[in-house]
Amino acid sequence: MDKKISVVLIIALLMTLALAGCGGSPSEPAEIETPDNSQTPVAEEPVSQDGGNIVMVVEQDIDYLDPHLAAASGTEEILFNIFEGLMHPDSTGAVYPAVAESYDISDDGLTYTFTLREGIKFHNGEPVTIEDVKYTMDRIMGTETGTPLRSELANVASVETPDDSTIVFTLNQRDSAFLSNLYYAKIVPKTNEENFNTFPIGTGPFKFAEYLPEQRVVIEKFEDYWQEGVPHLDQVEFRIIPDREAALLSLQLGEIDMFPRLPIDRVAELGEGFKTIEGSSNMVQLMPMNNNVEPFDDIRVRQAVNYAVDVDEIIEAVAFGYGRKLGSNMSPVMAKYYKEGLENTYDYDPDKAIELLTEAGYPDGFDLTITIPSNYQFHVDTGQVIFQQLANVGIDVEIELVEWGVWLERVYQGREYQATIIAFTGKLDAYKVLNKYISTDRTNFFNFENAEVDELMAAAAQELDDEAAVEMYKRVQEIITENAPAVYIMDPEFSIAMKENISGYVLYPMYAQDMSTVYFE
Amino acid sequence: MLYFARRFISLIVTLVVVSMIVFVLFQIIPGDPALTILGMDADEAQLAALRAQLGTDQPLINRYADWGRGILKGDAGQSLRFSMPVTSLIKSRLPVTLLLSIMALVMAVAIAIPLGVIAARSHGKWSDYVISIVTQLGMAIPSFWMGIILILIFGVRLQWFRAGGYVPWSDSPIDSIKSLFLPAVAIAIPVIATIVRYLRTTVIEQLKLDYVRTAYSKGLSKKNIVYRHVLKNSLIPVITVMGMIIASVLGGSLVIEQVFALPGIGRLLVSSISYRDFYLVQGMVMYIAVAIIMINFLVDVIYKFLDPRIKLR
Repeated sequence: MDKKISVVLIIALLMTLALAGCGGSPSEPAEIETPDNSQTPVAEEPVSQDGGNIVMVVEQDIDYLDPHLAAASGTEEILFNIFEGLMHPDSTGAVYPAVAESYDISDDGLTYTFTLREGIKFHNGEPVTIEDVKYTMDRIMGTETGTPLRSELANVASVETPDDSTIVFTLNQRDSAFLSNLYYAKIVPKTNEENFNTFPIGTGPFKFAEYLPEQRVVIEKFEDYWQEGVPHLDQVEFRIIPDREAALLSLQLGEIDMFPRLPIDRVAELGEGFKTIEGSSNMVQLMPMNNNVEPFDDIRVRQAVNYAVDVDEIIEAVAFGYGRKLGSNMSPVMAKYYKEGLENTYDYDPDKAIELLTEAGYPDGFDLTITIPSNYQFHVDTGQVIFQQLANVGIDVEIELVEWGVWLERVYQGREYQATIIAFTGKLDAYKVLNKYISTDRTNFFNFENAEVDELMAAAAQELDDEAAVEMYKRVQEIITENAPAVYIMDPEFSIAMKENISGYVLYPMYAQDMSTVYFE
Repeated sequence: MLYFARRFISLIVTLVVVSMIVFVLFQIIPGDPALTILGMDADEAQLAALRAQLGTDQPLINRYADWGRGILKGDAGQSLRFSMPVTSLIKSRLPVTLLLSIMALVMAVAIAIPLGVIAARSHGKWSDYVISIVTQLGMAIPSFWMGIILILIFGVRLQWFRAGGYVPWSDSPIDSIKSLFLPAVAIAIPVIATIVRYLRTTVIEQLKLDYVRTAYSKGLSKKNIVYRHVLKNSLIPVITVMGMIIASVLGGSLVIEQVFALPGIGRLLVSSISYRDFYLVQGMVMYIAVAIIMINFLVDVIYKFLDPRIKLR
């Protein structure tokens, strides 16, 4: 009898070993080929200007390694280090020539001529040729396939390469955003066509090394980078940890060196050995109201809600005071375009709100469903505060939490909602921030319609005089505020936490983690 | 032989039914994979290109048929989100979940069986009460909460183990086991509690039976009786429970993987559901269903070992 029990035990033991063996055998993990099988970098690094490895936590996995297919902000901020367009953004949000050395715009604003930067190389050591640049543009515009990969170059009529260092773009109509749109046309070598989404090659300060889905993206120093003196680091690992608490623990334990977008109220938990850089996120948090749906088809109701919501209280309660109050769809970070003074248009005034509601025929308020994506705790918390504030004027709020995928399909794309709470991430160009208010725009899920805004936006897009365009964008912000398609809440401030000996980090007004300037003291 | 044929047919039927349930659920839940993958910042051209590439502009019934045809040829299709074959994604994640489940089970069995017997032997004494109270607690505490507490104590305060993350077996087997130790404990604790309570009851019942009295009258020692005769008989119902427990260990590992940020099947499953990755979800559900059916099969075989009177039918 004992024998039989031990037989069972032996079988169990053998199974354990056999299965444990599965882990050790080189049985093809879904790992994308890597040049070297480097281990996770350890915390101790030499103290010097150059060299060293950094682990930065990121919340979400990337969508694509192929820079032309990638769309998510979380991917954009990583690929920022690997790729450059003819133009590339700096930390003010302006663009400078990168793969191009210089450019020239014709007087009518329809022809852009770029000269290729001399001696610039791809990560595989091959020189960047004008064919590669042309190939990139054709790929994005879908010249051969007929279907464009992205719409940034939709306004381009033709691309020509008169000699092997010049590329000429002819536009259908004048386009003030064209130069900054070229950032999205990241230059790739034609020879790498097969591997765009598995082993991407670009011209940026870091080259791609490894991607393990849901685990990490690793990039390494590119020795032949065209800008002198950067990058400093040997390697950067973007470690994907979706759970904020787990990420924070890893930071405290020293397994992670940098934590972008840490809410400011969590900084106190870090303890010794860390420093933080605070900044605005160039986000616009807002509560859109569906302008086509009763009762929000009445401007008085929308304004009433604006008067009833106390934004200062939300900033205090949800962001612990760390947020910039907004009055329209533009963050103060976009200093050039930001229209000042709008944030006080609808100062908290519940009596005025009730008055407007009464005028509109809702003296006793109404029932309101606010649909909020459940994965954004920040918006959910905001919803709780608004719930209370609207109750004071008789509006009976029900908060409906939905999954992110459902929100995108039903609210953002399907426009089937009453009100929602969301944030727009920052863009380089004011046009890309405000285009969602154009009545025909796909992303106008407010169902906002205003003829003057449509005209101004069309004019601003073609206006080559920067100052005139800025004035138009400011006027658009004013009109938006007057018409109140949403309650504009705040641009939340956040911290980038890092180990004390890390320096050189620069904040961008958009989703970008520029690791090229980062170094160890 | 008939037994195996029967098992095999039930395996096939279960898989078909399970895959249809996934299909129906996907019909019901809203959500567009292309939109979820690319997010709010995607432009129309990108969305259209991706939808065409993914084939999500096709009705789901067509995709299900495609998937079914593929499966018959041994091809589980491509993940929508990772543009990789479903099988290689699952293969890369399976070792983590398997190792974690096995560690948890080994721990559970190694601790629970002696503890259960001790509780039964000391029936009515203080040690029995202590074990009862502790196991009651163990069953009541959810494993994800236990996981967080374990991280806080052993990961953050004492720093004996990693607080999360996974070291691949190929990097270092010892570190690999160390990185899975805390999650395995978190899964094992409620399992231990369940087995102990079950075993305690059955051992106490068995001790009252005639054959035990006979054994006593033959002059065998209590220890001898308990371990050589009673335990074996008591294990039969415990093995039945074990079949269910293994399924719950697999389920538990899905939750615990989130808490400890382990790159196992669980995390992949959760994220692929939120990305509406139809083929990947189908693939993983198939794997899990096969695993559960195989375990039940194994349980039957173990019955036969423990009690030759049982016939496999």
